[in-house]
Amino acid sequence: MTFKTLVLTTVFALGFGSTAFAEDKVLNIYNWSDYFDPAYLKKFEEKTGIKVNYDVYDSNEILEAKLMAGGSGYDVVVPSGAFLERQIQAGIYTQIDKTVLSNYSNLDEGLKKAVQKHDADNKHSVPYTWGTIGIAYNEDMLKERFGDSPLNSWDLLLKPEMAAKIKDCGIGVLDSPAEMMSVVLNYLGLDPNSEKKADLNKATAAMKATRDNIRYFSSSKTISDLANGEICFAVGYNGDMLQAQSRAQEAKNGQKIKYMIPDEGTLAWFDMMAIPADAPHKDAAHQFIDFVLEPETGASIANFVFYAVANKASDPHITEAVKGNPGIYPPEAVKSKLFAQKAHTAKFDRLLSRAWTAVKTGH
Amino acid sequence: MTTSSGAAWIASPTLKKVAQGIKKKFNWGRALVISIPTIWLAIFFLVPFLVVFKISLSTTEIAQPPYSALFAWDAEEAIAVLRLNLGNYLFLFEDTLYIDAYWSSIKIAAISTALTLVIAYPMAYAIARSHPKYRMILLALVILPFWTSFLLRVYAWMGFLKKDGVINGFLLNVGIIDQPLAIMNTDTAVYIGIIYTYLPFMILPLYTALEKLDGTLLEAAADLGATAWKTFFFVTLPLSVPGIVAGCMLVFIPAVGEFVIPALLGGSDTLMIGRVLWDEFFLNRDWPMASAVAIVMLLFLVLPIMLFRNTQGTKGENF
Repeated sequence: MTFKTLVLTTVFALGFGSTAFAEDKVLNIYNWSDYFDPAYLKKFEEKTGIKVNYDVYDSNEILEAKLMAGGSGYDVVVPSGAFLERQIQAGIYTQIDKTVLSNYSNLDEGLKKAVQKHDADNKHSVPYTWGTIGIAYNEDMLKERFGDSPLNSWDLLLKPEMAAKIKDCGIGVLDSPAEMMSVVLNYLGLDPNSEKKADLNKATAAMKATRDNIRYFSSSKTISDLANGEICFAVGYNGDMLQAQSRAQEAKNGQKIKYMIPDEGTLAWFDMMAIPADAPHKDAAHQFIDFVLEPETGASIANFVFYAVANKASDPHITEAVKGNPGIYPPEAVKSKLFAQKAHTAKFDRLLSRAWTAVKTGH
Repeated sequence: MTTSSGAAWIASPTLKKVAQGIKKKFNWGRALVISIPTIWLAIFFLVPFLVVFKISLSTTEIAQPPYSALFAWDAEEAIAVLRLNLGNYLFLFEDTLYIDAYWSSIKIAAISTALTLVIAYPMAYAIARSHPKYRMILLALVILPFWTSFLLRVYAWMGFLKKDGVINGFLLNVGIIDQPLAIMNTDTAVYIGIIYTYLPFMILPLYTALEKLDGTLLEAAADLGATAWKTFFFVTLPLSVPGIVAGCMLVFIPAVGEFVIPALLGGSDTLMIGRVLWDEFFLNRDWPMASAVAIVMLLFLVLPIMLFRNTQGTKGENF
């Protein structure tokens, strides 16, 4: 039954996505969940006459699994830096033709440089957004448990006796092995990009010690669960956590969500737009990337999904609430404590994901 | 050697007779009927199985596709090299995760099957004993949920089971509990999901078995002084065994490999092989390992069940 559903979806997705409309103007986008303002998707369709098929994922791993299988049919995808680096190695991306991107100069120069260690000379990708991994919590529920003591440390999750106090109202943790483990390594004072087995074992032990306090691991469920009080503490991407905050405010359900970047520092990630080598609609893909680089579109992403965009020309269009939010645009003191992730070797990746499975399942 | 012994084989007079007998009886219509499912199975079962088996013997690589080729052409030596990696299978037994997941899946599937049987039997019995006028309606009601997507129905269960869901809301309002029950993201939720989803697969074969039951046998039992319970345990139950076996197979086999229900309703510690397989493929992006897990699942689970079914089948023919 499940298999049948899967097959049917695939047949529909591939069949209609790439064959039936091949002559028509179509663009197949595969992006993170809650990562684009639907109003602007419509705007793009009206402007260019291209029909957009928009699919979403909630982890880099799933994106990579689909891309590496080949023939995904997608034209634009948005992987994070370290993953993009591996995927470029595997040769699955086409080079970006910057000559057709009229808005390319709108990009933030500093950011463009920062991502070059993943993609030399920005050949295969265009920066989309950047952000951090941090903690979001329900202010009232945590105040009940910790009083007025400051909440500014990974201790809340990684010190079992502290996490145990939060356990009953629910902890959700990002389901992303490489990113979470590097955060834990950094917390332990080790190199976050370490590939030493001993370091990995220490990080695994730290996660296992607090495992019983965690209700589930997910990279997308935490948004709505935080917003409606199903959980009171989540580790996640900053924009997701801020979306939970704004959803709770909109719902007026009395849940006050706060996002913070712990003092020990955290991982900063960069998401990049790229075009798979086997993309069926490369022209449309370039048109879309150029559309994202327009000042208003860039601003719409920041205003809608609460992530800092790589589009410098968008700044004047971004609302003050977003611009002044330290969770989105952190102050320099916090910025200095951020670290970037490097691509791991296939061998270490295997150890890492094994360790993560062991943490998740409690084995 | 082979050819001569082969020739001797055919030359033997008794075997010749047998061969002629087969030839005479060879029925083209029958062959055609059998060949269709055989070809179907070969294309949709055997070929994919071989592909998966091939991948399970390779090594992961950062490439597209993400595994190494089994055959490599060595240009310098001008020879084809066959590279087999048995490491994936060895790893299956090194890391206790996989064995634990197999056992846990079998346990969850077995308990769910037993519970489904207990719930389905009275339902099937009632339908089979109901007035023929209502039987079709009752059966239609059993099948009706299939008109909604399976995924949607599992999502609906999330609405029932979560902390501020329907069940907790009702129990709190009535005053039976004063703290919401944590059912969502636990093994209990997985059991509920599996039993709910597979209930029709148990009811239908049971109904077929019970409906065929010869009423005169029950009358005979009653005439001979058996109580209603005795009649049930010594007449009805044994005669419905084929239905029980078929129903249990239909529930147990897919439940072992179930992925959607534990993923959506279960907690992170709900260990089931379908989920391990999914993680292996989508999270770890380790195709060879995922393939090895799948092959071993097939060998350990499906083969014994198929053998069991075979013995059941021949038993049926002997009657």
